[in-house]
Amino acid sequence: MATELKMPALSPTMEEGTLAKWLKSEGDKIEIGDIIAEIETDKATMEFEAVDEGTLAKILVEEGTEGVSVGTVIAMMADEGEDVGDVEAPAAKSDNSSDEKEDVEGEGKDVGREPSEAEVTQTAEKPTRSPASDPAIPEGTNMVSTSVREALRDAMAEEMRRDERVFVMGEEVAQYQGAYKVTQGLLDEFGEKRVVDTPITEYGFAGLGTGAAMGGLRPIVEFMTFNFAMQAIDHIVNSAAKTNYMSGGQMRCPVVFRGPNGAASRVGAQHSQNYGPWYASVPGLIVIAPYDAADAKGLMKAAIRSEDPVVFLENELVYGRSFDVPELDDYVLPIGKARIVREGSDVTIVSYSIAVGLALDAAEKLAEDGIDAEVIDLRTLRPLDKQTVLESLKKTNRMVVAEEGWPTCSIASEIVAICMEEGFDYLDAPVTRVNNEDVPLPYAANLEAMALIDTDRIVKAVKKVCYVEEEGRR
Amino acid sequence: MADRPERTDNKPQLSLHIPEPNYRPGADEVDFSAIEIPEAGAQPRPDEACDPTETHGLCTDLIRVLGEDNRAHGPWDPKLDPDTLREMLHHFSLVRAFDERMFRGQRQGKTSFYMKCTGEEATSISTSMALQSDDMVFPSYRQQGVLIARGYPLLEMINQIYSNSGDKLKGRQLPIMYSSREHSFFSISGNLATQVPQAVGWAMASAIKHDTRIAASWVGEGSTAEGDFHAACTFASVYNAPVILNVINNQWAISSFSGFAGSERATFASRAIGYGLAGLRVDGNDPLACYAAERWAANRARTNSGPTLIEFFTYRAEGHSTSDDPSGYRSAQERDAWPLGDPVVRLKNHLIELGEWDEDRQAEMDLKAAEKVKADTKEAEKNGILGHGMHQPFHTMFEDVFEEEPWHLKEQNAQSQAERDKKYPDGVPH
Repeated sequence: MATELKMPALSPTMEEGTLAKWLKSEGDKIEIGDIIAEIETDKATMEFEAVDEGTLAKILVEEGTEGVSVGTVIAMMADEGEDVGDVEAPAAKSDNSSDEKEDVEGEGKDVGREPSEAEVTQTAEKPTRSPASDPAIPEGTNMVSTSVREALRDAMAEEMRRDERVFVMGEEVAQYQGAYKVTQGLLDEFGEKRVVDTPITEYGFAGLGTGAAMGGLRPIVEFMTFNFAMQAIDHIVNSAAKTNYMSGGQMRCPVVFRGPNGAASRVGAQHSQNYGPWYASVPGLIVIAPYDAADAKGLMKAAIRSEDPVVFLENELVYGRSFDVPELDDYVLPIGKARIVREGSDVTIVSYSIAVGLALDAAEKLAEDGIDAEVIDLRTLRPLDKQTVLESLKKTNRMVVAEEGWPTCSIASEIVAICMEEGFDYLDAPVTRVNNEDVPLPYAANLEAMALIDTDRIVKAVKKVCYVEEEGRR
Repeated sequence: MADRPERTDNKPQLSLHIPEPNYRPGADEVDFSAIEIPEAGAQPRPDEACDPTETHGLCTDLIRVLGEDNRAHGPWDPKLDPDTLREMLHHFSLVRAFDERMFRGQRQGKTSFYMKCTGEEATSISTSMALQSDDMVFPSYRQQGVLIARGYPLLEMINQIYSNSGDKLKGRQLPIMYSSREHSFFSISGNLATQVPQAVGWAMASAIKHDTRIAASWVGEGSTAEGDFHAACTFASVYNAPVILNVINNQWAISSFSGFAGSERATFASRAIGYGLAGLRVDGNDPLACYAAERWAANRARTNSGPTLIEFFTYRAEGHSTSDDPSGYRSAQERDAWPLGDPVVRLKNHLIELGEWDEDRQAEMDLKAAEKVKADTKEAEKNGILGHGMHQPFHTMFEDVFEEEPWHLKEQNAQSQAERDKKYPDGVPH
């Protein structure tokens, strides 16, 4: 069978070039490595070497031809024993580009589709799906007031008892019991081989955690704060998140990256950032950002058991808050499921992490004005439970997203996009974002307070989408 | 920059040093005589379990076994039997034939990208032969020799390079970024040096689990400037990780010569001294020295005696990749003038000197290697080449992002499939 010789690419970005010179003529014998032609681009001249042997049967592009597209067949080569005269140029592909395209109603101009195909861009019927629900808490279960800090520690300790592959590493996690005391008591119980203090290099130990996960362990990598994980993001995004995919599904990287995220109190611009939207944009990562202690515990246990890499975003200001946690042997929550933390009928406030508390406060204030707000805690940012969001929207027809973080390309932006695409018909008002001001967080207390989301701003936004001009009047 | 204020004193002016390679294109005679090349066999071989300080003299020396007389000398002679030497030579021949054909294949548009390892074959083949086949390796992008030495099928490599329907990695990776769990070969990453701390982490995991396998990583000398390399050295030292950190000093990081990574001041092996690691500096074009050093470090790691940093001093004989043209930044004479010779020729001459080989058998082996590569290439081409378009089933794009396909990807997958089914009721045209 004859071999097609195609216009070669000098680099992955080369699209076309000049066939400067043929160094072989039709009928010439060609050996592997022979230089057949010279190709020029605006950057360089390249010799076109033969990779197969045979006889140059037909030259299809004359020398001196400019603008030859990469991949164009420029010559045909007869294989050994093949008659040169039998070699045909490849049949030209039929060019449909000039075909007149019918306009199909509702499909935009000139899309070239049959009317019967018009439905293909319409929303396909949704496959039924319902993310697993939270496990039922048996009646009579004792509820224990627990701080988020203790809940996280309990989750790690329980999983470490359950699975000896689980270990914690990070700066100050062992002797010091964690910079924010989240690993309190773990060193005493599990010893220094499973509660590992690391040198100060997030980049380094995120790489180690990634490697240890590839090596069959279940590392929990603590960042003192996620602000310091910026130098580690390469390992998180480019290695951990892509191990499964890049290995063609052969390898896993079951690591949990955890630590406080978002603004704390007076720690300035570099230490007050919410990375939720950053990580939530990355395929291959699970991103969890709980608010209360029960969710923190149940989701941390799920994160440690996940075969996928998890970014677990905590909040320093919430560590000390106490909530009821069910006293159960193994309280594990489903990843990817939002929770309605307050039911309401007039408007939905979607939130996550620390802003859930603000949203609940706002709901209380709004109730005084006769507005019944539903509050949703997303809990998991990727995968995002849009079903719960959209169902609430169908019920209330109004939505505000409250997020402690910048507005641009935020989780709030994502919720707005989802509502536009899939909930447009249910909207009675534009979905509104309530975020921090779009500035690096100032240090000065008054400026910091002004820059951060607060309850009053959420209340104001809710009234706006409810078309309530003044308090108490609709 | 602001103008310098008028000088009012006689303090010495500061000046900045910018490293500059010796031989740019068109330079006069290339002269490498300043490179100190000690006699083969003259380097001491400390005990594998020694204190790291006992190796520190070797960080500025150069471990060599094969002498000018093509014989093996000194305490580092690994004393390999002729069959093992011939196996090594066969791997050399195969990887060189493979590189040649893949490079040309890229020039013909059969793939978008390729990287040769010409001149550096010993640093991957001889070294991996010194490891156990299930020791975990974290190579960079120029260690195709490891896969070939481990018996990974050439056909699978070509399928991956062509990104065709046979590609085990499902069309997700750049050409040459192989991955094989079965061969304990991690997924090659395009990010420089990230594999080094990951290898240390893997090794630590192995130690924590009381496993017996060790880890080895390869990194170029240019990438030792990355913070990752230094973090890896710190961790390897702190936790006495069972790991080998191979630094391939091939003199060039694309167009930046090794001086930009610090070679004007210190050898790369001497980084080991500051970290308290064992360190070895090895003639990277001497296959026996490469084998012996890697085996020394492997035995050391395997017996909990500690990690080792090895600098392989070699030369990148070809361009960085198919996207690179080295004639623009270095003298073309460098390759021929390189004083440590060619690893393939040196091993061949050694076997001939031993009376275990001859030029005819070499020519026959090279021919067979070329034919094997050609046959596998033809076989791979049956699965398609890069330019032929869609090779992977469309739905695979949504798979392996997570352990379980999440609902939103399922939805997208189903919707796109429905669209395609409507548009092409008789199947998608290729």
